[in-house]
Amino acid sequence: MQLTTSPGISHKQGATAARSRSRRGLRARRWAGWLFALPALVFYGVFNFRPVLMSIQYSFYDWDGVGASTWVGLKNYTEVFTDSEQFNSLLHAFYLILFFTVLPVTLALITASVLRQLQGRFTGAVARTLLFLPQIIPGAAAGVAWTWMYSDKGVVNQFLRAIGLDSLARPWLADFTWSLTAVGFIGTWLSTGLCTMLLLAGIGKIDGSLYEAARIDGAGPIRQFLVVTLPGLRNEIGVCVTITIIAALASFDVVYLATQGGPGTQTMVPGVAVYNLAFNDNRLGAASALAVVLTLIVIAIVAPLQRLFREK
Amino acid sequence: MPATTQTLRRRAPGLVLIAAAALYSVVPLLSMVSAALAPQGSFPSGLSWPTDPHWHNFVDAWNVANITTLLKSSTLIVLGVVPVAVLISTMAAYAIAVLEIPLGRVFYAVLVLTLTLPYEIVIVPLYEQVKAMGLLGTQWALILPLIGMNMPFAVFWMRAHFAGVPRELSEAASMDGAGPWRALRHIHLPLARPAIASLALLMFLSTWNQFLLALVLIDDPNKRTMAGALQAFTTKYSTDQVLLNAGALLIMAPTILVFLFLQRHFVKALLQGSVKG
Repeated sequence: MQLTTSPGISHKQGATAARSRSRRGLRARRWAGWLFALPALVFYGVFNFRPVLMSIQYSFYDWDGVGASTWVGLKNYTEVFTDSEQFNSLLHAFYLILFFTVLPVTLALITASVLRQLQGRFTGAVARTLLFLPQIIPGAAAGVAWTWMYSDKGVVNQFLRAIGLDSLARPWLADFTWSLTAVGFIGTWLSTGLCTMLLLAGIGKIDGSLYEAARIDGAGPIRQFLVVTLPGLRNEIGVCVTITIIAALASFDVVYLATQGGPGTQTMVPGVAVYNLAFNDNRLGAASALAVVLTLIVIAIVAPLQRLFREK
Repeated sequence: MPATTQTLRRRAPGLVLIAAAALYSVVPLLSMVSAALAPQGSFPSGLSWPTDPHWHNFVDAWNVANITTLLKSSTLIVLGVVPVAVLISTMAAYAIAVLEIPLGRVFYAVLVLTLTLPYEIVIVPLYEQVKAMGLLGTQWALILPLIGMNMPFAVFWMRAHFAGVPRELSEAASMDGAGPWRALRHIHLPLARPAIASLALLMFLSTWNQFLLALVLIDDPNKRTMAGALQAFTTKYSTDQVLLNAGALLIMAPTILVFLFLQRHFVKALLQGSVKG
C-alpha cells in the first residue's frame, strides 16, 4: 500500500490511480468485515426484527391464523381501548409498577444503606446470597411458590392466624379485591434482591469523604442519606427503575402460573391477554394490536427515563 | 468488652432488618420444602417441619415430572442457543467496534432500539414463522428464535467490551500482518474471555428460565425448557400440593445449584448486565 506514495513513482496520474485503487481496496476490505456481522444480522433479522414488523402488519388485520385475513384498519386498536378486558389489563400493568418498581426500589434503598454499615463479612455474604436467590428463579416457579404461600392453608394465612388476625385470612389469589395486590407482592419479592445488590454496588463507589464531610457539617444518618447516598445512586436507581418497569408492564410467567388472569379478569395483564387472544381465541390481529400498544407504552416510559437518570 | 456491646446495640436494628429481608427471600422456598415433605395426598399446612419427613416424595416427583427428560431437553436447548449466540454476537460486535464496518453504526443503533422490546410483540409472528418452517413442536422452534432474540443484548454487551480495548492493539496486530480473523482469534478473544463468560452465564439463565416462548412454540412439555414444563406439571398436579411442591422444587433445583456454585460470578454478571442493559 505504501508503495504507491514512494518517491520512485513520480508520475502524478499513476499515483492518483494507484491511490484510488488502494482506497477501493480498503473499502472492499471494510465491506468484507460484514462477513463477521452477517450471521448475527441474519438471526436477528429473521427471528427478531421481522417478527416485530409482522406484528405491526397483523395488527391491522382480522385473522384467525388459518383462513383469509381482512384489512380492518384501526379497528383492533380502538378495541384495545374500548374492550374492558384489554383496557383494564393495561391499567393493571400500571398498578403493578407500584409493586414491581416503587416498593422494591424503596426497600432496596433502605436495605442497601443498612448493609453498607454492617461490616461483618460473613453476615454480609450470607445476606447477599439469600437476598439474591429470588432473582435467579424462573418467574414461573415463583408463581408456583407464591400460589402455595397465598393458599388457604399457606404461610400468609398461617402467619395472620398466629398473630390473631384470623378475620383477615383468605385465599388471597382467589379474592376479587386483593388478588392483583397479591400478585404485585410476588413481583416485589422477585425484584427487591437485584435492586439491593445493584444499589449496594453503587454505594460502594461513592467517595467516603463525602459522608465524612456531611458528618462534620452535622448531618445525621437520614440527612447523609438524602444529600450523599441518594444523589450518588442516581445512575443505579435509574437502572433499577427501568428494568423493573419493563418487568411490570411485560409480566407474563408469574401471572400466568399464579392466576391466569383470574379471578374473573381481576389480575389480567397485557401479557396474558395477548396470549389468550392469540392462542385461545385465535384472534391474531387483535393480539398483535395489544402487543403493539404494550410495546409503545414500554418505549414511551423507558426512553424518557433513560434521559432523566443519565449522569450529567 | 463494653465497646463491642455498644457497637452491637448500635447495629442491632440493622441486623434485624437484614435478617427480616433474608427471611422474606427464603420463606416461600422453605414453605415449598415443608409441603414437599408431607405425606402424599395429605393437605399440608403452611410452614411446619414434618415429624416424619417423606424424602421419597422427591423420587416420586422426579419420575412424575419427568425430570430426567426435562434435564436433557433443557440442556439441549441451552447448548443450542448459548455457544452459537455468544459466537456470532462476538463476531458482530468485533466487526462493529474494531473493524468499523460501513453502516455498522446503523445496524448497532437498530439493535439498541429493540433492546427493551417485550417478548409479547414477537410471539404471534414467531409462532406463524416457525410453523411455516415446519419446526413447531421441536426444540429447534425455541433454539433458533432465542438466538435471534439474544442478539440485541449480546451484541450490545460485547460491543461495550470491544469499545474498551485500546485501538493500538488492533493496529499493532495489522502491522504484524494479522488479518481480521487472526487478530480476533489470537488477540481479541483471549482478552474478551471474562466478558464472554459473563454473557454466557446470563444467557444460560435466561434460556433455562424461558417460559413464554417455550409455552407457545413447543406443545410437548417434555421438549420444553425446565421453566416451560412447569406449566403442564402445575395443571396436572394442581390438586396434589405435596407432589406439586416437590416437583416445582426439582425443576428449580438445577439453577439454584449452579447459582450456589458460581454465586460470585452470577451476581457480578447480573449486576453488570443490568447496568449495561
